[in-house]
Amino acid sequence: MTLLEFRAISKHFTRRLDAIERFARRLGADVTETSVRAVDRVTFAVAKGEVVGLVGESGCGKSTLGRLACGLLDASEGEVTFAGAALATQRGVVRPIQMIFQDPFASLNPRMRVADIVGEAPRAHGLIDRSQVVGYVADLLQQVGLDAAYARRFPHQFSGGQRARISIARALAVKPEFLVCDEAVAALDVSIQAQVLNLFMDLREQLGLTYLFISHDLGVVRHLSDRVVVMYLGRVVEIAPTAELFAVPNHPYTQALLDEVPRIDRRKRKFVPIKGEIASPLAPPSGCHFHPRCPHAMPRCSEAAPVLREIAAGRWSACFLNER
Amino acid sequence: MAPLLDVTNLVTEFATRDGLLRAVDGVSLSVARGEVLGLVGESGSGKSVTGFSILGLVDPPGRIASGSVVFDGQELIGLPENRLRQLRGRRIAMVFQDPMMTLNPVLSIETQMVEAVLAHQNASKAAARERALEMLGRVGIASPASRLAQYPHQFSGGMRQRVAIAIALINRPDLVIADEPTTALDVTVQGQILFEMQKLVRESGSALIWITHDLAVIAGLADRVAVMYAGRIVEQGAAAEVLELPAHPYTRGLLDSVPANNATSRRLKQIPGMTPSLLRLAPGCAFRERCERAAERCIDMPELKLHGARHVRCHFPLVSA
Repeated sequence: MTLLEFRAISKHFTRRLDAIERFARRLGADVTETSVRAVDRVTFAVAKGEVVGLVGESGCGKSTLGRLACGLLDASEGEVTFAGAALATQRGVVRPIQMIFQDPFASLNPRMRVADIVGEAPRAHGLIDRSQVVGYVADLLQQVGLDAAYARRFPHQFSGGQRARISIARALAVKPEFLVCDEAVAALDVSIQAQVLNLFMDLREQLGLTYLFISHDLGVVRHLSDRVVVMYLGRVVEIAPTAELFAVPNHPYTQALLDEVPRIDRRKRKFVPIKGEIASPLAPPSGCHFHPRCPHAMPRCSEAAPVLREIAAGRWSACFLNER
Repeated sequence: MAPLLDVTNLVTEFATRDGLLRAVDGVSLSVARGEVLGLVGESGSGKSVTGFSILGLVDPPGRIASGSVVFDGQELIGLPENRLRQLRGRRIAMVFQDPMMTLNPVLSIETQMVEAVLAHQNASKAAARERALEMLGRVGIASPASRLAQYPHQFSGGMRQRVAIAIALINRPDLVIADEPTTALDVTVQGQILFEMQKLVRESGSALIWITHDLAVIAGLADRVAVMYAGRIVEQGAAAEVLELPAHPYTRGLLDSVPANNATSRRLKQIPGMTPSLLRLAPGCAFRERCERAAERCIDMPELKLHGARHVRCHFPLVSA
């Protein structure tokens, strides 16, 4: 059953001209508004209970897509549906979607006690009343592996891993069905990261949660996800079940990405880099965005953008190589 | 042949409001020419401070309390600042995590690179510029001639790090200390930087100390690995050996925590608890509280003992002596 669906969703950010530039334009200078297509006609669905990993490098639009998924940003085109209805119409009710942010230092209000950080949203939404807050928060803290006695403390009194747990408790407080985790473990040390990843998996089992797990770390995504969506410069280039994606990546970008990931079992290897750098999203290459770096690029790759097509059951890829 | 760099019993302390913090506690390590040493640890393990201490870059309230750093036969600790300045950038270079720490935002790349050459070599400006161009090409910057006149803000993150590496290597240093230089970069860019570094070290025969928290990067790059925990080295040995059959329970735990290694099992084997505060370090092995092999004996600090070809600081190592 589909829980969340992106339907040809796009998000453009436009930088407005400042006063001087507007004046210069009036004088005939060649200045135009610049616009970034952060997310470009993305379509995919997340089923209930599924963990979908969203990977890509910086600037590929994965965080923007995450924010679109929970309504923090409005789409420029297309729509997001949640449980069959457009997300935009579901505003104001208890949000069944919650987001966990990357930086556990910046996403907790330093002037609020943990009890208020975690307890505010469920009270505002009328899930609990004032007298229940203490007990409710204590239960949540225990659920994420924190001592209930910490409720009176402020965020600065916690380590990075504990703050990540507070962020998770805050997200769980309104009993969400769907969690968007935006690089939720990226700021943590390896040993702490392992603890938090285990917590995510336990919670999934206990609460039947659905995740959109955004990460640049392919190891984390491989470990946690059922399905992986790969993005490059605003577009989805490949969607596949995790095991298949890592075994036989189809898109040349996915292949390159997997090849670049350092692995412990590849010792003293000779690094053979992919050529070039990610193009600026302000001026993406024509046609397939990946063609300037692609070892298999053909003339038509710079002329037209390949569409995401189903190449096998459950596997989608946007590459002309599949059409031969 | 004597190693290029020999650090013995290095202790670096920071005087904080809450008392004396021993960030580096009796660290000994050595690197030979052409060798890559990976210095691994989590935040607060003292790996970066070790790197800074070698270069004498510890500012008050920190100070190097004791120990010795011998570089190419010369003791660096206690060396006057002007002598250290002659070494830094000339014979020992450092690459930082954030390239903007190395690059001056208001000077062009050309000015900065030429300055780095002229500060240490008796060369003409034109020769220095030639050298700058050559280095930019070597670190993989396309059309270096046109890039040279640009400013750091005109470069992408990966490009900036390449420029920082080019500056670090411009005087052909004997030793390069790289402190998490690829941590902030995307994987494809990281792959390129690792490739360039590997090539440069191989070509020039420089020694390289690569400081990182990422075991996977170390696996691909280093000849030898030193694992740090709470200011001390807990295991040191050949990279292949340490990563394949770790002897210290902490190294084992770190390796188990890396998700890519556990792709099949659904639950990661985790190290319980968290890194102890260096201010309130209990006596004995610092890893004791989180260690499943810990026993009463661990209340005494284990010595760094030789097990086969590697050094391990544990009473109950996972390999037999």
